[in-house]
Amino acid sequence: MAGESPVDERRLVELRSLASECRRLILGAVHTAQAGHLGGPLSAVDVLVALYFEIMHLDPRRPDWPERDRFILSKGHCSIALYAVLAQRGYFPIEELATFDAIDSRLQGHPDMTALPGLDMSTGSLGQGLSPGVGMAIGARRRGLDFRTYVLLGDGELQEGQVWEAAFVAARYRLANLVAIVDHNLLPQYAWPNAGQAGQLVSQPDIAGRWAAFGWRVLEMDGHSMREIIQTVRHACEDTQERPTAIVAHTIKGKGVSFMENDFSWHTRALDDEHYAAALRELDGVAP
Amino acid sequence: MTPGPLLSPRVAFGETLVALAEHYPDLLVLDGDLASSTRTDILHAAHPDRFLEMGIAEQNMVGVAAGLATLGFVPWVSSFAAFIGSRDLDQIRVVVAQPNLNVKLAGAYSGLLTGATGKTHQSVDDLAIFRALPHMTVIAPADAHEVEAAMWAMMEQDGPTYLRLTRDPSPTVTPRGRQFQIGRGYVLREGTDVALIGTGVQTVRALEAAALLAGQGISAHVLHLPTIKPLDAAAIVAVAERTGGVVTAEEHSIIGGLGSAVAEILAEHRPTPMQRVGLRDVFGESGQNAQLLEKYGLTPVHIVRAARDLLQTVRG
Repeated sequence: MAGESPVDERRLVELRSLASECRRLILGAVHTAQAGHLGGPLSAVDVLVALYFEIMHLDPRRPDWPERDRFILSKGHCSIALYAVLAQRGYFPIEELATFDAIDSRLQGHPDMTALPGLDMSTGSLGQGLSPGVGMAIGARRRGLDFRTYVLLGDGELQEGQVWEAAFVAARYRLANLVAIVDHNLLPQYAWPNAGQAGQLVSQPDIAGRWAAFGWRVLEMDGHSMREIIQTVRHACEDTQERPTAIVAHTIKGKGVSFMENDFSWHTRALDDEHYAAALRELDGVAP
Repeated sequence: MTPGPLLSPRVAFGETLVALAEHYPDLLVLDGDLASSTRTDILHAAHPDRFLEMGIAEQNMVGVAAGLATLGFVPWVSSFAAFIGSRDLDQIRVVVAQPNLNVKLAGAYSGLLTGATGKTHQSVDDLAIFRALPHMTVIAPADAHEVEAAMWAMMEQDGPTYLRLTRDPSPTVTPRGRQFQIGRGYVLREGTDVALIGTGVQTVRALEAAALLAGQGISAHVLHLPTIKPLDAAAIVAVAERTGGVVTAEEHSIIGGLGSAVAEILAEHRPTPMQRVGLRDVFGESGQNAQLLEKYGLTPVHIVRAARDLLQTVRG
């Protein structure tokens, strides 16, 4: 989409570099844990970096600051992407990423708000994240607080009916302070038989049209273009006409590691030494 | 105490919400398009700004409540007991119980007496469901007075709580204005031969059973457990020691509810002969209240029969 507000070029370079470093951290943590998701975290990480480093009002030293913007990772299985970004942003030491998925770790397989400061909601059961976002947006208005609530959903979880219950109520309450971002990478874990073989791209009928039909304003963006992400999400906070905003982020599952891109087998998979090294070489800019 | 006049627990629920809203500025009520049944319409009329209509979408309603709770609001989610806990169970598990958020869940029309609506709207498994959830407190008041008292106590305790409510007016058996202690059992009648342990409105029927037993020369002790979780284990063990035989009574399945909970405590701490009065692994149906209680074995006479059977077993 056309951007109204200019984005500083040097800042874009920094943010892309941060996203690249987060990808390394994601791969490292999943390699250490020998468990966890990869495809989804790599498709979502650019959006997360843009939110946490450029868009959201927050203070890592005060994770409970009442006026902070809220973020809910509805696709909770991509927790490692959020953890990598939170660690980079200073919420906790980067070394702690090595405890991902381990016993007694604050970095649970799915985000646990009781374990780790900086998580605004516990998630993991798909389709649930937007509803607490509606509650936060209603609550912000009641409290007279200006913060915004961002919810990142997977495109697969749009199959859950609760998403549309929440979408209906959000529009009814005219929650202009609520932004839903759909990570539209076209690849669920196993897919539908009639989509061909398991793991083929699964197009969903008119994602943008469905949000619009529920009364949301809908924007679309390239979910891997730092410039587009920032311009679009910033725009989502303006001229809302009392509507919540849905942003369809066109993404690639496994983005950034060529042999993982659009390959559903990397949805969740232990990362062996050989593939880990190959992935790091790619991220370092060395030709595969 | 002698049973008092018939009072409506659901009206008490609605009126107490009004009083609570005036005392607690952060209280909000979420309705799933049932306000005229659950009587949250009383709150709506008095304080429309505290009432959030969520439509016929219970799963979202629980999630919205969780989001509000993170901002310090105290949301009361109101629906039928048959829906809360079954339809919303995953939402309650993931965004209320696991994060231990301060959400109050009010299940109206519990048990069988739901205005002849039949099994889809009856709730015979809600105690079992909520009792199994970590962090969850479970309360089933006996009458309108206790509904009011329990709700004030719920506001003073942080954390997720399920309140089991009933539809139709019932005799009051607890004093109005008593300070309700969550987790405490209350002895409503002293006796020595057999202990009747009740919860919810079934405690009223246990008291009627005790009066019938007295006419037959049997001295029944009546313990009311309005809190199913945490359970007053000491009170349960005490009445078992006092009488040597325990009958539980609940308008709920005997699987997983009060009877199961009492049996677990006694099996571990003081094995005691027991009988459980409740639904015996069946769903209900439409019908008049008296017919339903008779057919599904919940009347005072059924409790009397269970007590006499138990005494026969104990005394040989």
